[in-house]
Amino acid sequence: MVMLRYAVYRFFTMLLTLLVVSVLIFVIINLPPGDYLSNQIAELQASGQSAGVAKAEFLRTEYSLDRSLPEQYLIWMGFWPGPHGFEGLLQGNYGWSFEFDRPVSEIVGDTLWLTVVVNLAAILFVYAVALPLGVIAAARSRTWIDYTSAFVGYLGLATPNFLLALILFYYGHRYFNLPIGGLMDPVYEGQPMSWDKLKSILLHLIVPTFVIGTSGASAMMQRLRANMLDELGKPYVETAVAKGMAPSRMLTKYPLRVAFNPFVADIGNLLPSMVSGSVLVSVVLGLQTIGPTLLTALKTQDQFLSAFILMFVALLTLIGTMISDILLVMLDPRIRYEGREA
Amino acid sequence: MTALLSVRDLSIGFGAGESVVQKVSFDVEAGQTLALVGESGSGKTISCRAALRILPRTAQIRSGTITLNDSKGTAELTTINERQMRGIRGNRISMIFQEPMRSLSPLHKIGNQVSEVLWLHRGASEADARKEVLTQFERVGFPDPKRAYDSYPFELSGGMRQRAMIAMAMVSKPELLIADEPTTALDVTTQAQVLGLIKELQRETGMALILVTHDLGVVANMAEQVVVMHKGRIMEAGAAAPILTEPAHPYTKQLFDAAPAIPDQDAVGLPMPDEDLILEMVDVSKTYTMRSSKGWKADKLIHACRGVELKLARGKTLAIVGESGSGKTTAARIALGAELPDPGGQVLFRSSPDTDPITVHKMSKGERTAFQRKAQMVFQDPYSSLSPRMRIQDAMTEPLEIHKLGSVSEQRDKAAEMLKRVGLNTDMLKRYPHAFSGGQRQRLSIARAMMLDPAMIVCDEPTSALDVSVQEQILTLLEHLQDSLNLSYLFISHDLAVVARIADEVAVMRQGLVVEQAPPETLFYNPRHPYTKALIAAQPEPDINRPINLKLVALGAGSPDSWEDAFRFSDSVIPSLTEMEPGHKVRCHV
Repeated sequence: MVMLRYAVYRFFTMLLTLLVVSVLIFVIINLPPGDYLSNQIAELQASGQSAGVAKAEFLRTEYSLDRSLPEQYLIWMGFWPGPHGFEGLLQGNYGWSFEFDRPVSEIVGDTLWLTVVVNLAAILFVYAVALPLGVIAAARSRTWIDYTSAFVGYLGLATPNFLLALILFYYGHRYFNLPIGGLMDPVYEGQPMSWDKLKSILLHLIVPTFVIGTSGASAMMQRLRANMLDELGKPYVETAVAKGMAPSRMLTKYPLRVAFNPFVADIGNLLPSMVSGSVLVSVVLGLQTIGPTLLTALKTQDQFLSAFILMFVALLTLIGTMISDILLVMLDPRIRYEGREA
Repeated sequence: MTALLSVRDLSIGFGAGESVVQKVSFDVEAGQTLALVGESGSGKTISCRAALRILPRTAQIRSGTITLNDSKGTAELTTINERQMRGIRGNRISMIFQEPMRSLSPLHKIGNQVSEVLWLHRGASEADARKEVLTQFERVGFPDPKRAYDSYPFELSGGMRQRAMIAMAMVSKPELLIADEPTTALDVTTQAQVLGLIKELQRETGMALILVTHDLGVVANMAEQVVVMHKGRIMEAGAAAPILTEPAHPYTKQLFDAAPAIPDQDAVGLPMPDEDLILEMVDVSKTYTMRSSKGWKADKLIHACRGVELKLARGKTLAIVGESGSGKTTAARIALGAELPDPGGQVLFRSSPDTDPITVHKMSKGERTAFQRKAQMVFQDPYSSLSPRMRIQDAMTEPLEIHKLGSVSEQRDKAAEMLKRVGLNTDMLKRYPHAFSGGQRQRLSIARAMMLDPAMIVCDEPTSALDVSVQEQILTLLEHLQDSLNLSYLFISHDLAVVARIADEVAVMRQGLVVEQAPPETLFYNPRHPYTKALIAAQPEPDINRPINLKLVALGAGSPDSWEDAFRFSDSVIPSLTEMEPGHKVRCHV
């Protein structure tokens, strides 16, 4: 009951935050002088192509770029009628990409869920690697296990991701016959989902997951190790030992439970850093994620495209923090019962 | 007949260093209580932990044997493998630790943590374990065992948590219980009740007990056999009665001399003089509001202090005594201007007899600076009140720098002078705090407080983290400084024996109210209030013929509703503080 109420409350605060974020995104995108179309018009006028100018002018009114900023924002969000009535994000209309001369939804289409898939895989990888290694490193601190895992971890942190990507591609292809580049075999692109397509995607995911996840995993492992070491010195651990518990069960039941909190709280932070951090990797690996598209959109001031992508990343982040907050409340009675009368 | 646990020639050391426990031998007979007594660093804790092999990772048992010989057979605890050891821990030998606040996992329900013992050692099902644990909870005195079972540790008070720990240790019916300072972190009345409980359970089950403690009063109340340890060696061992009445070893005698005791002879103390008051608190109340989590319920008001009136004369010591939550620390914070009293309360401070008083409850910025020079504080925990990253010299001259007093060389001279005053060497100025023992650190804290030549020092439990012999030295130092510099102390403590020694007047607080106030001689010889009586009764005396009177403790330490009509108070009806005889005020209906 408490949980449900909290989840609902948390969901509404998330919506509110998203609204604020949308304003920020819109303002920041419009901070540099000019927009895609006015730049284009200036360019066309300079070269004397008046036909193009007319088209650009048409697009300006079509997408309300001639109106005031607040109005533009409201129309973009779908709070205010544009030239064709309510047609904004809320109505599922993501706008027009001037750079690609296509609707935004068409451009991002597939890449949206591929981004989610790649990053989810990376996060799962981070947790799957960091959790056992961190615990073992703490339990056997100052032994060769600890030192080896720390060494490998720092190596992972220190190696540039794109370099790691190239190395892995080479050796992965040479010894395991892993595919190079892309997120699926080109045959399946644009095809409906099928068993073979899924298999191809999974196979293509191995290297990117590893590349994007390594640094996050090693950072998190070190953090978990430090947390665990703190907890291991606490008296309740002694109590558990004095009870006659076996070490493995004792470790997982008591100190890990406590050390787990920061671990969970990290989910929210992990998502955005992965999405933005994986841009370069995506370019190098030729992944059809949203990262490279965002880069182009930002460079050319393609405002609807970049705004939409930024909104999408913000949404991912907010969902991540919401999940971690709700998990924390589930895990930690001290947070759950805060303010409960004794 | 062989003893239940016999320790022979036990030596334990860390790394390559010298052994910290050297050739220790003792026996625990079935059903008996053995007290291991000593100060910090005596090796008492480590030698009893060796029985369960719960030692720091770098410690190793170098020689000796520990033999357990109970109804389930004989085991040599130093050589059996880890798996066999686990079968003994929590099953045949249980342990209770010092800090009930931190010895239970904060994220698991009490019931789960206690039942775990039965799951581990009896293979009990969840339902069976629950039934047994609930019975055990009832025996250790939980008013509502079912509720306690589903509570988290942070929902219980310290005393209740220690009861849960005891339940956890007892639920498997071990034949030996090791209690490592089980009551040190508790209030005196709670300590009395917990000790009483352990004793009662012991009588019921016939279990043996090793009690590790530094408090001779606790020993006198609990033990049949005593082992006195010092620096890893046994100084004296034997039956409790002869050791406690006629200690043979000089070290034991020294421990006895250092232990402060509540005086029991008839004397009439002089009331605190009414002139030349350095600090005066008039009708000081402090109410905190705890925001209700539910919007429709009213916020809860917590009365930390209610109408406190205190007067401290120049050169005297006023002690505030009470248990945790009594409001004594809040009163001290208000006296120092660290917190503002509720409107209407007044705090007046006169730095010298002929100046106008500073109104501490509404100081201007300039007044606050002037006030800070004259009123300083010594804190409870000398380990955390000095920055580990500052040299002693820097820590000591910092107050002078803040108030921009003197040149650098003058500041250093002053630091050296103060260090000498508190009995330390000036060559210690360049060191960092970690190079000092607890007692030395507390001397440093006092020296730091003295740097600004204050007229008043607030001492917040300055000796409660220290060993008795060190406590004795610190109290002597404080008295000496008071005599030579005409200092005034506001002394906060929960220890009546310490207060009896140092105070000129004592105010006993309970739930934010001063319930009784008198010079110590009067207060201790002729306590009127049930709560004061309970505090005095709960103080363990190192005298085997004066056991703790649990009845008196129970009468006074409970909620005010259980007191006699004359003393009872509620939120709305509070009796006034009435002067029963000159200088002796009691809160009661006349």
